[in-house]
Amino acid sequence: MLAFILRRIGQAILVLLTVALISFSLFRFVGDPTQQMTSQDTTLEERLQIRKNLGLDDPVIIQFARFVGNAARFDFGVSYQNRQPVAKLIGDRFPATMELAFASAMFALFAGIPMGVYAGLKPNSWLARVFQTVSLVGISLPTFLIGILLIFIFSVTFGLLPSFGRQGVVNLGFWTTGFLTWEGIRSLILPSITLGLFQMTLIMRLVRSEMMEVLRTDYVKFAKARGLTPRAVNYRHALKNTLIPVITITGLQLGSIIAFAIITETVFQWPGMGLMFLQAVQTVDIPIMSAYLLLVATLFVLINLIVDLLYALVDPRIRLSGKAA
Amino acid sequence: MKPFKTLAVAGTLMAATFLTTVAVDAKTLRWARSQDATTLDPHSGNTGPNHVLAHNIYEPLVIRSFDGKLTGALATSWRVLPTDPTTWEFKLRPNVKFHNGNAFTADDVVFSMKRALMPAADMKSLLVGVTDITKVDDLTVHFKTSGPNPLLVNNLTNLMIMDKEWAEANNAATPQNLREKVENGATRQAVGTGPFQLVTREPDVRTVLRVFPGHWGASEANHGITEIVYRPIPEAATRVAALLSGEIDYLQDVPVQDIARLQTSTGIRVNPGPENRPIFLGMNVGLPELRSSDVKGKNPFADVRVRQAVNTALNREAIQRVTMRGQSTPLGIIATPYINGYTKELDTWPRYDVAAARKLLADAGYPNGFSVTLHCTNDRYVNDEGICQSAVSMLGQIGIRTTLVAQSLRVHFPAIQRGEYDFYLLGWGIPTFDSHYVFNDLYRTKTQSAGTWNGTGLSNATLDAQIDSLNSEIDPAKRNATIAAIWKWIKDNDVYAPIHMQFIAGAMRSEWNIPTDVENTPKMRFLNARGS
Repeated sequence: MLAFILRRIGQAILVLLTVALISFSLFRFVGDPTQQMTSQDTTLEERLQIRKNLGLDDPVIIQFARFVGNAARFDFGVSYQNRQPVAKLIGDRFPATMELAFASAMFALFAGIPMGVYAGLKPNSWLARVFQTVSLVGISLPTFLIGILLIFIFSVTFGLLPSFGRQGVVNLGFWTTGFLTWEGIRSLILPSITLGLFQMTLIMRLVRSEMMEVLRTDYVKFAKARGLTPRAVNYRHALKNTLIPVITITGLQLGSIIAFAIITETVFQWPGMGLMFLQAVQTVDIPIMSAYLLLVATLFVLINLIVDLLYALVDPRIRLSGKAA
Repeated sequence: MKPFKTLAVAGTLMAATFLTTVAVDAKTLRWARSQDATTLDPHSGNTGPNHVLAHNIYEPLVIRSFDGKLTGALATSWRVLPTDPTTWEFKLRPNVKFHNGNAFTADDVVFSMKRALMPAADMKSLLVGVTDITKVDDLTVHFKTSGPNPLLVNNLTNLMIMDKEWAEANNAATPQNLREKVENGATRQAVGTGPFQLVTREPDVRTVLRVFPGHWGASEANHGITEIVYRPIPEAATRVAALLSGEIDYLQDVPVQDIARLQTSTGIRVNPGPENRPIFLGMNVGLPELRSSDVKGKNPFADVRVRQAVNTALNREAIQRVTMRGQSTPLGIIATPYINGYTKELDTWPRYDVAAARKLLADAGYPNGFSVTLHCTNDRYVNDEGICQSAVSMLGQIGIRTTLVAQSLRVHFPAIQRGEYDFYLLGWGIPTFDSHYVFNDLYRTKTQSAGTWNGTGLSNATLDAQIDSLNSEIDPAKRNATIAAIWKWIKDNDVYAPIHMQFIAGAMRSEWNIPTDVENTPKMRFLNARGS
């Protein structure tokens, strides 16, 4: 087991270095960061001086080595735009993204599973057909459009929910949360539906097909033959067995929920890391961009590692092959 | 019965919550715009979004109202000393208090100006030539310049005055240096003399300001605002939706495509107005051979007739009507009616005439035209890419085969500064409201300290000497004569093809009537709530 973890950590470091190198070489094409830091009447002389101060004229390989060296010590520098330490900026926005991702994942699970179960049990009912149509919308419409549509319906037309921002935030010192106030929960509703809709439809379709599959198996037929109530058959025996792939998918999708939050956060002006990243791209704020990409890569690697470890726990075959190798 | 009752209670509760968000205090101005200030430090960054917030919290010595008129803020009068043309004297406003109760004196002015001159301050470029600032008495300050500087007062409109004691006690005595890894005290806090004081600041989320009752102008203030909630919303569609749903009162930058829709929405007022920023095309006249042209061995743009042909082929009225949907004023010079040196006679352009333009090209030796690449921004000016597309098709009509390259300002601007383009689009804001600002950056020979944005390769020693003489000519009549002479040369040589002055539009709930500021820096102190 230890060898397995060590091997995965070694691979993770390689992945992070590659992400850092690729993003670093891309930054050269995003443009000149000093354009956003100077005004139009800044002279050429001053502009060159600023570039020199930031070390932008050094060879790329030296800039990269400096960046990796600092990042290894968790020093990501100071944002060109906000003039605050990047680690602090990301720390300030981390809770917003995490709460949004958590709320979307919960929405996806608690709406997706019941809908999938129902559609699996009664595939021909009109409600199941409605669910299927909704899931088609969730899969095919881009996040951006869904967000704007929701804003248009629930904020502009009916005035029911706030169209942007994270409100009613309570500061706990180490974390800021919107879960403690009604205002905060209200402002979470539209963004988390927007972000979670795709995952929800994925889960719903997965549960539906798994459910239909499981209902045809011998042990379900046997349970029915034993005269168990439909409730016990459907939920205790059938549903339980459909959940294994659902848990896998949910775990793996958590990383992409955090990464896809960029678009949702932009549409809803949600003050998370994704919005900050997009603004950093627009202003060529290299310290923020590189730190964010590294963070997201780390999250993906971590989630994958955990999922692999869970597999090993759940499925002894994987552990055995690990030992043999 | 019971579930019904619970439902009813829940319904009432929900309705009550929704109502509280709709019914807001009419005196709170909820203000949104696409960008937040990068810092509250008034000397750190020299950009529009930073100045917008700073102008409500801090005050400069002199300030411009919505229509660009210069008035005194913390200074009551100013003059060049009759005995010494290199010294400006400012008399300061008496009985002014900072938000923390400290009295405003000449020491604060000296401190703030020296702070703005430090290497880490972007604002230093507005104080070029200032060698010293001295206190004469508590309410008099002298600015000493290296030579006579007739424009100094125009440069001070965005230079904010900080409280010396507060700054020194709060780790803010110097502007933030990027190499320092600590946060500067002035980045997220602010103590000024302005009409509003800072309550909370969450960068990129919201900034709350409350009216400062101790402001020197409070008794005459007519804005009727008790609180400002400033929220950046970069996404255009969200910004407009937030205004329509009543969550914000004032939207500073309306996307052009939404102006018409908002004008027809009930309860919304749209105030379009010109911005002090001409938009124009630059032609490279300095190269021996254009890099992107099929004409080899010579540069078509070096011939004034070709440049006249470009100016004649541009249908400015059509660009205004179609591309800009009426939201612009065509221009014949890179100057707006607000600036010193502008005249109606100068602001003329050749009538759109394809035949005449073709003839000019033929006379210059290009009867079949030539090819060239036009570089353009797609994220900086109102409909910038659309303007270029129109220009491409108009120039095509006279045989100039133009290839369009539209890209981000972050790639476009450095290339202009390095002189890498043959033909390009640019816009030029004129914060000093004087022609010299146009000449010095766009027409003067490129050096390390002048001609920064002159991507045309133009270099004319006589013109340079005339432009430089404006720096030190203190006699307004003589100075204006030189300005007129330079404009005459410019009109005869057509190095640029001016297009228009763009409009910007603010939209608001109809109970507000906030005019559009010519510098796009609305100062709420000048808002007249009762008069509208």
